[in-house]
Amino acid sequence: MVKFIESELLHLRSEVYDMWTLVCNQMDQVRLAVLGLDSGIASQVMVRERRVDAFELKIDSDVEDFIALYTPVAVDLRFVLAMLKINNDLERIGDYADGIARFVRDSEGCLLDSSLVDNLHLNEMFTVVLEMMKGLQQAFVDEDPAKATSVMSMDDRLDTIKAASTGVLVEYARANPDSIALCMGLAGVFRKLERTGDHLTNIAEEIVFFIDAKVLKHTSGMEESGKQSD
Amino acid sequence: MEKIAATDVNFYYGDFHALKGISMEIPKNKVVAFIGPSGCGKSTFLRLFNRMNDLVPGARLEGKILIDGQDIYGPDVQVDELRKNVGMVFQRPNPFPKSIFDNIAYGLRVNGIKDKEFIRHRVEESLRGAALWDEVKDKLNASAYALSGGQQQRLCIARAMAVSPSVLLMDEPASALDPISTAKVEELISELRNEVTIVIVTHNMQQASRVSDKTAFFYMGEMVEYDDTKVIFTNPHKTATQNYITGRFG
Repeated sequence: MVKFIESELLHLRSEVYDMWTLVCNQMDQVRLAVLGLDSGIASQVMVRERRVDAFELKIDSDVEDFIALYTPVAVDLRFVLAMLKINNDLERIGDYADGIARFVRDSEGCLLDSSLVDNLHLNEMFTVVLEMMKGLQQAFVDEDPAKATSVMSMDDRLDTIKAASTGVLVEYARANPDSIALCMGLAGVFRKLERTGDHLTNIAEEIVFFIDAKVLKHTSGMEESGKQSD
Repeated sequence: MEKIAATDVNFYYGDFHALKGISMEIPKNKVVAFIGPSGCGKSTFLRLFNRMNDLVPGARLEGKILIDGQDIYGPDVQVDELRKNVGMVFQRPNPFPKSIFDNIAYGLRVNGIKDKEFIRHRVEESLRGAALWDEVKDKLNASAYALSGGQQQRLCIARAMAVSPSVLLMDEPASALDPISTAKVEELISELRNEVTIVIVTHNMQQASRVSDKTAFFYMGEMVEYDDTKVIFTNPHKTATQNYITGRFG
């Protein structure tokens, strides 16, 4: 392949990797912010959200340029289309981290009951999200569709924890009426983390698509449809 | 039913084995593109369809090529009759040193048609079919050489179409043309597919993906892959095809 085209593809891959690392860090930091209701860490997350947005615009622009200038086909076309979609998913995950950080900022002065945190499995929720993000980043680097597919099943755990959180929060708010606003905010945190899981599932599908040309979307990962690879 | 069927075609230039065991079927009224690096055999294969290689010294063909079920290398086949049915357009426009009108009328006259009204009608029809009529209708007696390169190429397509062939072979028909003329030729190919089966050799990947229904990739005398154009350019089954169309070849 022409060297400068190969170098453009590597550059795009590197940009997406860097954005991935940034968003992963945002989610890790917002985890600390929530668990400690630390508005200082939350503020840093909110400031860095601008960098996530800047990454999104840059990658969008680079993908557009690559398609316009080099008219990619086959694996190259699938790769740049996947980068476009992964970019969009990462930006949404960055938005969720920002939204959670805003909840922490608005909850300044509140105290988070450690038993509530345990009952909600809040730390586990964040841990699963971060494991999915890191696992998928490695699958992206290794171009390993099997690893990407295996990460998708972890989304079920997020759905389960989120579904159970509503009852726990209602029960806690009933017993502690002063904490209703905090509980509603926490419900929002779980909703955002559950949606993050959905975006990570999308990313796993995009990794499989660009490597194997298999479309997993809307098949719940159980069936494979569309084109077959060699 | 397929329009052209090649079965286990081997072709030799003396000792050089140029085509190796190629079998393919080309469906009627479809556009099929041949792609591959220079020297891969795609033009040689194309030229077999109207026996253009017959006079090449030392050339030898094995295997069968059928058009409409008839073996075009059979003993009863008249080559001039075959070429009436299988027209050809070359890389560089090659109009005759005659008027625009006479270029189109030439094939009809050679075929013994003397009815002037029919010839006039057919010339207009062919030029309209080649999207050239509006540009030349007021100067039909002008020399064909007065036309631009793009117009000359469409004139050659009109000339080939005037004798109503059912197959049109095109060997890099737009490689010497500017982008506007190329677009016109490609548009013409798209319209002509309703009347004829078109086989086109091109080095332009985007052209192959734009105009063809099926694409065959050739390499070192072998047909590596032949499939729907959409498959070839989105998810080819062979690594060699993918490497070629993405520019990673060699």
